[in-house]
Amino acid sequence: MTAATGRTGTPPGASGTPTGRPPGGAVAAAVRGANPIAKLAASAVLAIALVFSLDVVSASVALALELLLLPFAGLDGRTFWRRTLPIWAAAPFAGLTILLYGRSSGTVHIEWLLVRISDGSMELALATMLRILAIALPAVVLFATVDPTDFADGLAQLLRLPARFVLGALAGLRLLDLFGDDWRALALARRARGVGDAGRVRGFFGQAFALLVLAIRRGSTLATAMEARAFGAPGPRTWARRSRLSRADALLVAAAAGIAVTAVGAAVALGEWAFLGGR
Amino acid sequence: MPAAVRAEGWGWRHASRRAFAVRGLDLEIRAGERVLLLGSSGAGKSTVLAGLAGVLGGSEEGDAEGRLLLDGAPAGTRRGRAGLVLQDPESSVVLARVGDDVAFGCENLGVPRDEIRRRVGEALDAVGLHVPLDASTARLSGGQKQRLALAGVLAMRPGLVLLDEPTANLDPDGVREVRDAVGRMIERTGATLVVVEHRTAVWADLVDRVVVLEPGGGVSADGDPATVFATAGDALAARGVWVPGRPVDLPHRRPPRPGEPLLRTASLQPGRGRTPVGLPVDREIRGASALAVAGRNGVGKSTFGLTLAGLLPPVAGTVGALPPLARGLGPEPARWRSTELLTRIGAVFQQPEHQFLAADVAGELAIGPRAIGAAPADIEARVDELLERLRLTRLAAANPFTLSGGEKRRLSVATALATRPALVVLDEPTFGQDAVTWRELVLLVRELIDAGAGVVAVTHDSDFADGIDADRLVLAAQPAGHAR
Repeated sequence: MTAATGRTGTPPGASGTPTGRPPGGAVAAAVRGANPIAKLAASAVLAIALVFSLDVVSASVALALELLLLPFAGLDGRTFWRRTLPIWAAAPFAGLTILLYGRSSGTVHIEWLLVRISDGSMELALATMLRILAIALPAVVLFATVDPTDFADGLAQLLRLPARFVLGALAGLRLLDLFGDDWRALALARRARGVGDAGRVRGFFGQAFALLVLAIRRGSTLATAMEARAFGAPGPRTWARRSRLSRADALLVAAAAGIAVTAVGAAVALGEWAFLGGR
Repeated sequence: MPAAVRAEGWGWRHASRRAFAVRGLDLEIRAGERVLLLGSSGAGKSTVLAGLAGVLGGSEEGDAEGRLLLDGAPAGTRRGRAGLVLQDPESSVVLARVGDDVAFGCENLGVPRDEIRRRVGEALDAVGLHVPLDASTARLSGGQKQRLALAGVLAMRPGLVLLDEPTANLDPDGVREVRDAVGRMIERTGATLVVVEHRTAVWADLVDRVVVLEPGGGVSADGDPATVFATAGDALAARGVWVPGRPVDLPHRRPPRPGEPLLRTASLQPGRGRTPVGLPVDREIRGASALAVAGRNGVGKSTFGLTLAGLLPPVAGTVGALPPLARGLGPEPARWRSTELLTRIGAVFQQPEHQFLAADVAGELAIGPRAIGAAPADIEARVDELLERLRLTRLAAANPFTLSGGEKRRLSVATALATRPALVVLDEPTFGQDAVTWRELVLLVRELIDAGAGVVAVTHDSDFADGIDADRLVLAAQPAGHAR
């Protein structure tokens, strides 16, 4: 799970992921270097617990505990805000929608056309907002330091997904970088060929089609290159990088499970736990 | 263990084509031989390599005839015995990190982990790629990417190494890097080698046998390099092979007197986005003359060409079109409409694929004339004339993407000329071209110049620049600390 065939001990995130110069600390390094499959499991544990609990208490306890731990997740401040900005923006919007249109109960405060703000919808809105943050923040932060190659190794070696599928997807992912350059070149080329004056929408679709054609060409060349290197050869495949789970990975998943249990436990203890919104 | 190759009446027809790419090929290559495979553009050289590498695909991809054997067994069944390096460096990289990419083939063959580790180190050493194992493959230069691909092949310990125009997309530095890497590889492994490449001078010292394929099938010359080049030199040159020590014969020409100024740059600094590349350029471009633009890698030659062509706005300074070129429009080509550009400035990109828009060659040539509103009869006449002039008539109905490298290049030049622009900007037009296409390009550009057009060619190829009697402009990098 370290870079190649290479020296062991290099945290995977250190090579390709744009984490800038992340804060040090042994915990942060351990989280950064955790197996992507452990990160996937930790995110999943939190998500499952919170998807089933639609109450303010479980979501806020989970979020509070997470916020305490996130500084140790191996992201520097800048990257943290850049990566999580969409969540901070989306969560209040989701909450607002629920506030205005959500299932109402209790005292109704405002009513106007379809809008109906009630005690029930206010509580639901708050719970939704907190829940989105509590699920998405750890997932985004943990996956910000996941290297695609290591993730693919984990998916194929630990979760036993078909290697052909996983590696094909991984190689295809690399082509995405090229598509950015292709897109810019195509825009210039279309202008040079006299078809750059089309309206914005038509031009976009024309160019998108050209990119698709090019992408298929590139994809098939890449497939040939992979095949020429015995990709899909009969017989067992070996892995230059061994993907395995360590004690740190177990601790990461345990921490996530701890948060989930504490959050649900607190809600249950306070009699607030709302399983799937029911009570 | 080097591998032996044997073709017995072998042929292959792509499913989308009527004609066979290769037919009736009888050839024997002994283990450890180093063969340069030659033939004109479209003689099926790449098909032979793909067949040997076992990547032609099954019956849904095309029809096979005869037999193609590797160590006595059908080539497709011997995975890992043959390793293939393709022309386009971009498409041969599989993984994001150098060490992982080299290991990829070994993994597929089921080589044990410790063994892979050892082989990766050896292979990178053999191709002289001394970068950290976790270096990003995306940041390698073209020459480095090709050496990486070669290392990936070497790590598989193939008995047969196949190189399909490995240096065609590279600048002169990259060509040298790859050639030296192949030389070192041969010394160390003794593998059988088959190279396809037009630039024979690069490989002449490395190979011990030259085989010339006939278009349509068969072998027309076969022997040691000196003999083949001496006895079949004329025939080879006529087929587009760059015969060592034999310059391409160009008719003598007196360049015309330069015409009116078309374009003038003032303190021009091109760039992508807002970052200027290179030092400011003041230059005038006249009709009936050529300008060759050179400079080291990364100095922004392509960007310079695109800016002159009115495709990118200058980051600093100006590109000023003068009345003979602007013909009533404003002085900034970057502000002209796309259709207005067509009759004024034509651009030929380094990668022809980027410029292809139509489903067939004839349709491709008709796009420009149609965009400027030419009459259908005129469009047809112009398309036929260009097809004929650039020897593409036979391919009028073919999909542009399925053409060979030389054919693609001829087509991309033809599309730019279809609307008779007053200024033509070409980006590395001769990269990877065979001698016949090369000569045609020179003559075509000469014709353009003689007819009064201005030509700007971004090129590393000084023979080409000489051939079109071009003035030189060498772009300079910004001093360190100033750039980027």
